[in-house]
Amino acid sequence: MGNKQTIFTAQQLDSYQDCTYFTRKEILRLFDRYRDLAPQLVPLDYTCQPDVKLPYELIGSMPELKDNPFRQRIAEVFSDDGEGNMTLDDFLDMFSVLSEMAPRDLKAYYAFKIYDFNNDDFLCKSDLEKTLNKLTRNELTEDEVRMVCEKVIDESDLDNDGRLSLEDFQTMIVRAPDFLSTFHIRI
Amino acid sequence: MPRKKDTDDINIEMDADESESDDGGNNKRTNNRRQGAGRGGARGRGRGKKPASEDEDEDDEDEAPKGRRGANKKKPVKKRGGRNAKDDDDSEDEAPKKGRKGAANKKKGGKAQDSDDDDSDAGKGKKGKRGGKKGGKDEEDSKGKKGDAKGKDKGKDKDNDNDKKKKKKKDDSSDSDSNTNSEEEESMSEGEMARLMEEVEEKKKLIATIRNKPWRMKRRLVHLKEAQEFVDKFEGALGKGKGRKWYAYKVMMKKKWIKFSRDFENFRTACIPWERKIKEVESHFGSSVASYFIFLRWMYGMNLVLFGFTFGLVVIPEVLMGLPYGSIPRKTVPRVDQHSAQDYSVLMDFQGYCKYSIMFYGYYNNQRTIGLLKFRLPLSYLMVGIGTFGYSLMVVIRTMAKNADVGGGDGDEGEFTFAWKMFTSWDYLIGNSETADNKYASITTSFKESIVDEQENQKDENIHLRRFLRVLANLMIVCSLGGSGYLIYFVVKRSQEFANRDDLSWYEKNELELIMSLLGLVCPPLFETIAELEDYHPRIALKWQLGRIFALFLGNLYTFLFALFDEVNNKLEQEGSIRNASLWAMKEYYANYTLFLNDSSLTPPPMPPADVIRGPCWETAVGIEFVKLTVSDIQVSYLTILIGDFARAVIVRFLNYCWCWDLEAGFPSYGEFDISGNVLGLVFNQGMIWMGAFYAPGLVGINVLRLLSSMYYQCWAVMATNVPHERVFKASKSNNFYMGLLLLILFLSLLPVVYTIMTLPPSFDCGPFSGKPKMFDVIMETIDLDLPAFLGTLFSYAANPGLIIPAVLLMVLAIYYLNSVSEAYQNANMELKKKMQMARDEEKNRRNNTDSTNQVMKDLEDLLPRGSLMAPPEPEKPPEPESRLTKTKPGSAGKGVNLQKDVALASPNPNARGPVNRSPGPRGAGPGQGPGRGQGPGPGRGRGRGPPPR
Repeated sequence: MGNKQTIFTAQQLDSYQDCTYFTRKEILRLFDRYRDLAPQLVPLDYTCQPDVKLPYELIGSMPELKDNPFRQRIAEVFSDDGEGNMTLDDFLDMFSVLSEMAPRDLKAYYAFKIYDFNNDDFLCKSDLEKTLNKLTRNELTEDEVRMVCEKVIDESDLDNDGRLSLEDFQTMIVRAPDFLSTFHIRI
Repeated sequence: MPRKKDTDDINIEMDADESESDDGGNNKRTNNRRQGAGRGGARGRGRGKKPASEDEDEDDEDEAPKGRRGANKKKPVKKRGGRNAKDDDDSEDEAPKKGRKGAANKKKGGKAQDSDDDDSDAGKGKKGKRGGKKGGKDEEDSKGKKGDAKGKDKGKDKDNDNDKKKKKKKDDSSDSDSNTNSEEEESMSEGEMARLMEEVEEKKKLIATIRNKPWRMKRRLVHLKEAQEFVDKFEGALGKGKGRKWYAYKVMMKKKWIKFSRDFENFRTACIPWERKIKEVESHFGSSVASYFIFLRWMYGMNLVLFGFTFGLVVIPEVLMGLPYGSIPRKTVPRVDQHSAQDYSVLMDFQGYCKYSIMFYGYYNNQRTIGLLKFRLPLSYLMVGIGTFGYSLMVVIRTMAKNADVGGGDGDEGEFTFAWKMFTSWDYLIGNSETADNKYASITTSFKESIVDEQENQKDENIHLRRFLRVLANLMIVCSLGGSGYLIYFVVKRSQEFANRDDLSWYEKNELELIMSLLGLVCPPLFETIAELEDYHPRIALKWQLGRIFALFLGNLYTFLFALFDEVNNKLEQEGSIRNASLWAMKEYYANYTLFLNDSSLTPPPMPPADVIRGPCWETAVGIEFVKLTVSDIQVSYLTILIGDFARAVIVRFLNYCWCWDLEAGFPSYGEFDISGNVLGLVFNQGMIWMGAFYAPGLVGINVLRLLSSMYYQCWAVMATNVPHERVFKASKSNNFYMGLLLLILFLSLLPVVYTIMTLPPSFDCGPFSGKPKMFDVIMETIDLDLPAFLGTLFSYAANPGLIIPAVLLMVLAIYYLNSVSEAYQNANMELKKKMQMARDEEKNRRNNTDSTNQVMKDLEDLLPRGSLMAPPEPEKPPEPESRLTKTKPGSAGKGVNLQKDVALASPNPNARGPVNRSPGPRGAGPGQGPGRGQGPGPGRGRGRGPPPR
């Protein structure tokens, strides 16, 4: 990375800094990471905004994500096409939200998206079951899963519609002591 | 359409736009117009006479070639009759370079007719201008969008905010059609300017907070660009007359400042060390282990600052400007010791040359000012000593406050047990499959545990036995705590005896440090074993464990301190006699001197500084004790890692080939990283630094080195020899827990130091305060000699007990008041929580037995669903394609049809502000409602209907 300046224009870097929680150095580092995933695909010149997308298989194989049970969801939520194929913008977006600096509300919003497997803007039972099964690698019995899901809904469903809306989720998560420290990927 | 869904919770408005942005523009636009016309005055600021005005628009645009192009493009955008204002803006957008005037023209053209209701005719001309201005602005606004529909969508919701404003302006700009072009900004009215300013501020705010918006990057970039351009363009136009220049200057400086601060921020983050290392550890061991390293790094930063103070203000000046080594007695090794002063063993005990070096209190001279700069070293020494505490207190408390702010979680245990477990238990930092496996296992077990807990809730099989065991365990622990305290006291006493003897073995010399380190090594595991008896939940057990170790360390430290005080008192007595003796000798000498030479000028006795009789200098002795303690602590902790972790890992790894059981899985196995022990060690080490730093300025330097090396060493050790925790339980809110410990230690270490500074007399022949009855007299001296007299009197008043006692009283009262206020808040909080819970329960009950007892409620229920069901039938999808169809057809197909369509279109997105404007019903409500207020009706209806099925 001898000549960093040619990857982005100064203006691009500035706007990226305005739009993310990263400093210039981190943005360049992220670009490197992005490029390392597929050096042959990603050009070294982003000044003219090439339309490059990396497939989910590459994104999901990053060491930061590869052990995460929700990696597919993360990629889907942050990708423009909803399939997990990411442009550099999406990539920056993802790590910006997951960075230490991002505020709780933003994180909660995206966490909600991630756990909302069927994209219906509510966490319904099936979403919760999927989440739970991913978390425990299917080691709980059917009954246990059902019970836990019921408990979760019982605890945090404020409007009693049998599923969690974004507000329910936020009120619950905002008070969780370790949400900020765990919903966070260092780059 | 996952993508659309993404955005629509938060920016509900936009997705209406999105859905339509691409449908055939022209017809739609015209349709809208027609509607607008149909709607007539109701829309008010709208375009009563749209068509006509529009024509004019077109004409205007013809004049400007660019405008023309733009006009064509723009048309697609105006699909929404409801947003007439918008349309206007858009049309104006088109003539970018043509300048504001063209735009203004257009706008006015558009507006001229419809603003029959213009009430404020005063200064119409001005307003006209304003309109022009506005137009220009809008144009600026949407420059980014031009041509690309997406940009526009995005721009829209921003614009919405402005819509109202714009509309108003438009009204105003009634008859200014003709004279618009003539005058420009110079005659901007106050109101206009205020508005502009407001808008600029808004944009600025957007720029500052854009990263907090859950938008796609592309959208953010476009918005950002627009906002920036807007601000660039109009910032300079604000202010007038003389003010303008000043304003422009201010703006420029602000920009520079922003740029500078960003660069600085970049620089600062580049300076934060070990990001990578910590990340590596984090991904292997999860956030709990990493929190230790982050804490370590934080400590390093703080100590670096302390180091800077001490060295910059005390050590370096003394080295550069003070008297050199060997010039006066306090800076010279006494002759008796000189033969052995360079021996390794002596130096390792911090005797010999070490004792008479810059590291310790005794070396510093009591000259009031040193060097050319007249640096007041004694004053600076005292200030740095106090400043160390002040700074540390400030930093610790600030960090705690920040953590508390971020941590937010006032998590009542039990309220959200399962939900939290489900949504926050995965540690996104984990990037190592072994750790991930452990994490999965621990999450599973924790779920199972909670399930079991939930099912049984309490399982007290033999509560008496348990109680007995717990009492027993606590008894044993108290005994061992007391024992260790006594042991230390005993050892310190003995070391005082030893101090008078010369024939000491290595063990006898280092007995105290050894014993203390050994206690620190042996007791924690002992406590852990004893704690097995108690059978607490691991998290509670961890707390107990931490508390006990803390008590042990604290007890040891304080015993040590008391013993040290005894020693200091001994030394003080000793010093008294030496002082008398030397004074007497001095007097004798002077008497003889004057007697024999008849010369009353006082020259010091011609004696080499090494031979002067000197006192024991208790401050240096205390300093040496602390330094020794710190060094031995470093040694022990490093050795522990080397033996306890590294050697163990090596043995387990390599002997496993030829051993009769599986060492890796069986008994010794690999070590786990002991978070609590390490944190406590660090905290106590810091406590010793704080206590010792006053008597040994070099101690801070040693500590910095220690932290630096242990960062690398422990990072290596943890990665090389430890395995991830089997049961990962997060010490939640751990950061503040550590900080709390640190604060406690800071306070406890503050006490003895302040006590010595305030009460004990400093040694008469060593240190910066020698010759003064009390250390703090140096401040009095400065006040008397260097500050104007009235300040001195001021201080003497301030130090008057009559003033201090009321001040203290006041503070106590304030604390009491704040405390009670916070309690009241807490109570209110609890009340509210209870109420919420009750409401929820009630609701639940009501749901469960539908036969509500309350007749009124029943009626209401009957009513409600119908009410909320009203909307859905039309809303859903079907209408849309239809409308689209017609839209694409060229030519406007009858107003009526279109109107219908629009209504239908609106309904899938009740949240968008469109429908309010457009649908016949709400129109009456006043268009002012329309823009930006869309959300009002949105959620309510949305809830009733459930989510729009897409």
